[in-house]
Formats: sequence, structure tokens, C-alpha cells
Amino acid sequence: MFLLRLLLKNAFRHRLRTLLTMVGLVVAISAFGLLRTIVDAWYAGVDATSSTRLITRSSISLTFPLPLNYAERIKAVEGVSGISWANWFGGIYVTERNFFAQFAVDPPSYLALYPEFQLDEAEKQAFFRDRQGCVVGRKLAGKFGWKLGDTIALRGTIYPGTWRFTIRGVYQGKDAKTDEQQMFIHWQRLADGIRARVSAGPSGKADFVGVYVVRIHNPDDAPLVSQRIDALFKNSLAETLTETEKAFQLGFVSMSETILLAVQAVSFIIILIIMAVMANTMTMTARERLAEYATLKALGFPPGFVVKLLFGESLMIALIGGGIGIAVTFPMAQAFVKAAGTLFPIFHVSMLTVALQALAALVVGAVSAAWPAWKMSRIDIVQGLRHVA
Amino acid sequence: MSLRTVPLSYIARNLWVRRVTTVLTAGGMALVVYVFATVLMMSEGIRATLVATGQSDNVMVLRKGAGAEINSGIARNQAAIIDSLAQIATDGQGRKLVSHEPVVLNTLPKRDSGKPSNVTVRGTSDIGLALRPQVRIVQGRMFRPGTSEIITGRAVAKGFAGAGLGETMRFAGRDWVVVGVFDASRSAFDSEVWGDSEQMIQAFRRSAFSSVVFRLADVDSFEAVKAQLEDDPRLTLEAKREVKFYAEQSEALATFIRLLGLALSIIFSIGAVVGAMITMFASVASRVGEIGTLRALGFRRSAVLSAFLGEALLLALVGGIMGLGAASLMQTVNISTVNFQTFSELAFQFRLTPAIAMQSLAFALTMGLVGGFIPAWRAARLKIVDCLRAA
Repeated sequence: MFLLRLLLKNAFRHRLRTLLTMVGLVVAISAFGLLRTIVDAWYAGVDATSSTRLITRSSISLTFPLPLNYAERIKAVEGVSGISWANWFGGIYVTERNFFAQFAVDPPSYLALYPEFQLDEAEKQAFFRDRQGCVVGRKLAGKFGWKLGDTIALRGTIYPGTWRFTIRGVYQGKDAKTDEQQMFIHWQRLADGIRARVSAGPSGKADFVGVYVVRIHNPDDAPLVSQRIDALFKNSLAETLTETEKAFQLGFVSMSETILLAVQAVSFIIILIIMAVMANTMTMTARERLAEYATLKALGFPPGFVVKLLFGESLMIALIGGGIGIAVTFPMAQAFVKAAGTLFPIFHVSMLTVALQALAALVVGAVSAAWPAWKMSRIDIVQGLRHVA
Repeated sequence: MSLRTVPLSYIARNLWVRRVTTVLTAGGMALVVYVFATVLMMSEGIRATLVATGQSDNVMVLRKGAGAEINSGIARNQAAIIDSLAQIATDGQGRKLVSHEPVVLNTLPKRDSGKPSNVTVRGTSDIGLALRPQVRIVQGRMFRPGTSEIITGRAVAKGFAGAGLGETMRFAGRDWVVVGVFDASRSAFDSEVWGDSEQMIQAFRRSAFSSVVFRLADVDSFEAVKAQLEDDPRLTLEAKREVKFYAEQSEALATFIRLLGLALSIIFSIGAVVGAMITMFASVASRVGEIGTLRALGFRRSAVLSAFLGEALLLALVGGIMGLGAASLMQTVNISTVNFQTFSELAFQFRLTPAIAMQSLAFALTMGLVGGFIPAWRAARLKIVDCLRAA
């Protein structure tokens, strides 16, 4: 107890310096936490996947569509318990900055495959019946102030023209991980719309699907069922590639791999910066108290005591600064996600991040004090006392 | 000896005397400047790569509202109408310099990690090659029309499996032999695979081209051509200068990286400024006697202020130069990422320009100024008597 009081009093002897160091620590630890949370948010799509869903797409690339008649054949494959399909619509709502995911789906089968999108029964039936209708997520509706019955206009990029949809339902996510910023429209509406135009679009035909979503009975069968499905269409006009939903989402994440790597590297650089600052502080502190340490040694305290004092003070400053930094991370995350808009549908500070922040603070405190503590424990008592007065 | 300014040697020597502190503080600032400069260099590299892709006298025609080549479709009859424009330049043999190009994305595995990524495959011809004078075939030869031969850009040949000279790539149900590798002078074409236009259309079972590129005989006739194409009721197309088209493709990614980097640098700079402030406060505190002596000798308050401010700025300059030096080493690194707008892989480099170097040093000096001002102000305000008493 005495040691703790001594450490605390010593730490605040030079109030300005200690406070400045703590400010630096707060900034560094909270920035570290924010960066890690950004990286986590990038993987949010991967976390929301289900192990019983597979995604089947064209083996050439995602930009090539698959024929609609594949649906019946995939459904008949052993191990498959459900199938649906989706086309990426890629429309723009007012400006490019209001980006959100829009999928043209077959509503009955799609919503059955994704039980985490929870919809009121009445709204669900209204959506099924109205081919011009759409369903939007709760967060998306809140962001743009949409209500049931509103008409929204989207400017198509892949499917040209202006498309109008009426909101028939607002879905809620089952848990915090579910993306509530998506919009679903009728696939049939898209197909009818394309057929009606003399189109020179990518496929030129109407009955094409972007991806198939396949539900399997047993998650362990995933590789086997994937192979079976792909074997069905080998050497056909549109060969397929089937993978687990997680692998599919990871494919998107790996597109931004370089940026993610850079953000992770940078989050460690900030820790290094604050380590340099803190090491500076502790070196200065140690140099100032040379005479005191010599006196302590002369009084009979072992060299280990001096080491304990320095380490203790450094760790105390680091832990207090780190603690405030962790507390500040949460409001910072809130502010960031508000500024980023629809870019990050899921943004949560995880427990692992908090643990890593605490660890970082400890490491900074320990490493900063290492060299001064070692030097001070070896001072010659006479040399040290010579510095008194 | 003027009593208005303290000699520079006094300032510089002080930094040398307290070496460890100087190194630690300058090191912290160097790291911040490194992050700042690297991010700006990344953004500039992306922009430079895409801007280098466009020619000032070429025009790119896409379907209206498409935004990227992969979203666009131009039917054969529409392409024929574009061919009939009077303003298209002709080459030495009297052929019109216009190229119909189908562009698709192909997911192919990378050489080192085996992870798949989207590569742009473009169907073109030797006229298409002539339209892009910055592209030169550096290994092998151009593909022959009507065959399954392809040529690959430098970055693709290096980064993707089966894309080197003499190797074979398999896609769209066929084997394609790489007969040449081309260098596109660090533009977006380095990340592409080129093959015969008609073969690509058949292989990918397309019925339409993605874009039509042509060269204007007279650079100033662009507005007239644009009006002609966009007013034609048979066509639903838009025409853009090639340079502008590619500049727009880089905008989203380059802006995103720049904003992210700036936000990070500002947050980091707070840490470095704190370090500088601590160092300068300690520096002032340990030299109280010297300050009193200097004042007693007749140096003015402003001289003391500028001396300590100079010390902070010199410290920041050292840190800034170290950080900039480390960042300039990044220029040897080749990186690639997926461009959100085109959804395909783009290889680029870090590019250090004099403007970025100036901005980084200015950033470092600003950190030094902010960190050093309050301690210097305090030093200047000390009373001579108190200083000499404390010494």
C-alpha cells in the first residue's frame, strides 16, 4: 500500500509532464482501438455468414450471370435442402455517396434461407404480392427517413434507367451482427423490365441470375455438395464455382487486403510512437531523481527497489492513461460510424480489441521503463550522491 | 554579435548534448511524418497510374450511365454508327483508328498466395494497340487475330499464375497462350490481359462490346462529336475524353485513401506534439540558469523565445527528414489493390512528388511549432533574478 502511494505521489510530482504523457497515451490507445475496430468492421460480412449456406456463382467471375434453369437442377442435388437466387442491382439513390446493397431476389425462397432478416408477417405478404415493392433494413430506413408506403427511385447502372419501388416492409436483424442496411426487390420485376427494353446489356437476355444461394442439411457436407453442384455444370456454357458463404465473403475482403494490411501496420506504429514518448518521459524522470535513488541505496534499499519504483511509476501512468483511452474509444467509434455513413453497416468495439488495448498500455509502460530502470539500478552510490545540491 | 538572436550553434549543440531525448522525440515525429508521406504517396500513385492511362486525343464511348466498362454494353449496330463518324483519325494505311472492345473480369489465382482476384481481360486489335502509344511490347510479340493467343501486362505477368511469356492461362473454357508481355508505362493497362476482340466476344458468349475507343483527327472536335453521339436517337451512349474517364475511375479510391491517411496522421501528430512539448519543457527547465545569464548579458526576450522555438523546429526538421527518407524507400515497393469502381485489380507504386515532400516537411515543422511554442513562451517570460537564483 505504501508503495502504491509512493508511486502515485512520485508520478504527479511533475504534473504537467505526467498529464501530457497521459494525453498522449489516451490518444494512442484510443486510436489503436478505433483502427482495430475498422479492420473488424471490414470482416463484418464474414462474421454474419451461416455455415449451412453455399454460394454458387459463375466460375469466370462474379460479373457473369448464370441461367435461371440451373435452379431446379441444383435443388435436386443430394444434400441440398433449399435454394434461392439474387442479382446485384447496383443502383444509385440520389448520389453515389448513398451507397447501400440492393439485391433482386425471389422473395419467398430468399427470406426462407435468411431467417436472420426478421419481417412482420403482414409486411412479408404485402411484399410477396407487390412486384413493384421492396423491403429495406431498419437502419437504412432510419438513415434516409423512409416509411412504409414510400416510393424510392433508384438510378440503375447495370440495368439502365430509373426504377421506382414502394416500400412494403422494414426488416430487423436477429442480432447485432446482422446487416440492417440492405434492400431487396423482386427478381421477376428486373427480368420483366429487361425483357421489355431493347437492351444491349452484358447478357442481352432476361432470365439470368447473379448468384444462387444454396442451403445444405449438414454443414460438414459443404465441400462435397459444392463439388457435386460444380460437376453438374462442368463443360457447359456457364460453368459454376460453389463455395461456402464465408469463403465467398472472404473473397471480397481479400480485395482490399492491401489497405487492411496497411491499416493494421499503422495501428502498431501508433503504439511505437507513444512508446518513444513515454520512454522519453521516464528517462527524464530517472535522470532528475538520480540523487534520490542514490540516497535510497545508501539507506540500504536493494537495487531491486529502485527498479520496482521506476517500473511501478511507468506502469501506473500507462494504466491510467490506457484506461481513459479505452473509455474514450467507445464514443469515438460512435462518432466515426456516423461520419462514415453507409460504408460500415456493422461497427462494434469487440472485447478482444479492449483486451489488446490494455495489453498495449502495459507493454508501453513496461518497455519505456526498461532502460532507465536498468541504468538506475546500477548507479554508483557515491557518484549519485555527488549530484545532491 | 547581435543581441536580438541567439546563435544557431547554441541551439544545435543543445540538441546534441541531450542525445537520447533528442533521438526519442525526433523518432516519434519521424514515424508520424512517415505515415503522412506514405499515405499521400499511395494516393498520388493511384492517381498517376490511372491518369497515365488516358490520351488527350482519344475518346471513350460507353453506354449512358454505365460508369465503368464492365457495366456498359454497345451493340454491333451502334458500334457501326460510331465507326461512321467523320472526325475519327486514320492511320498511315487509311484504316480508321477506332477499336471495339469487349471488357470482362476474370477471377484468376495470384502467383504467390494462390488467392483469386479479378483481372480485366480486354478484347482488342492492333488498332487498339496503336491507339495507346504508351503501350509497348517488351517480350514476345503481338497476338495474331483469330487465334487463342493473348498478351499480358507487366503486372499481370508478374503477379498471376500462368501469365508469364510462354505460359498458358485457362479461362472461358479455352486455353490461351501468352505470346507477349507489354509494358504500359505504369498505367492501368499493366494490370490487364489483351486478346483478339472477336475471339473474346465468342469465348465469353457476349453479344455486345463494352466500349468503343477512337482517336480524334482534330483534338478540338471533341465537343462536336460528343453532341453528335449523345443526340442521336438510335444510340444510348455517352462519350468522354479518355483522360477524364480514367481520372474519374481513380477518384473514389484515391480520395478514400487520402482522407483515411489524413485523419490518421492528425491523430498521430497529437502524440508526437505531446512528445515535443515534454522535451521542450524539460529542456527549458534544465537550462534556467543559462536563460538568466543570456538575459543578463542583454539578449532580449524575443531572442530567448526564438532560440527555444528554433530548437523545437530543428528537432522537428530532423524528425521530418528521417520520416521522409524512410517514406521515399517505399517507392521501391509494388503494390496492388482492387479499385472499387472497376471491381478489378490495379497495380501501382508509391510516388513521391516535390509537393508531397514539401507538405511532409511543413507538417513536421507545424508539429514542432505547436509543441515548442508554449515552453518557449514560458522561457521568455522568466524573470532574470529568478533564473540566476535558481541556477
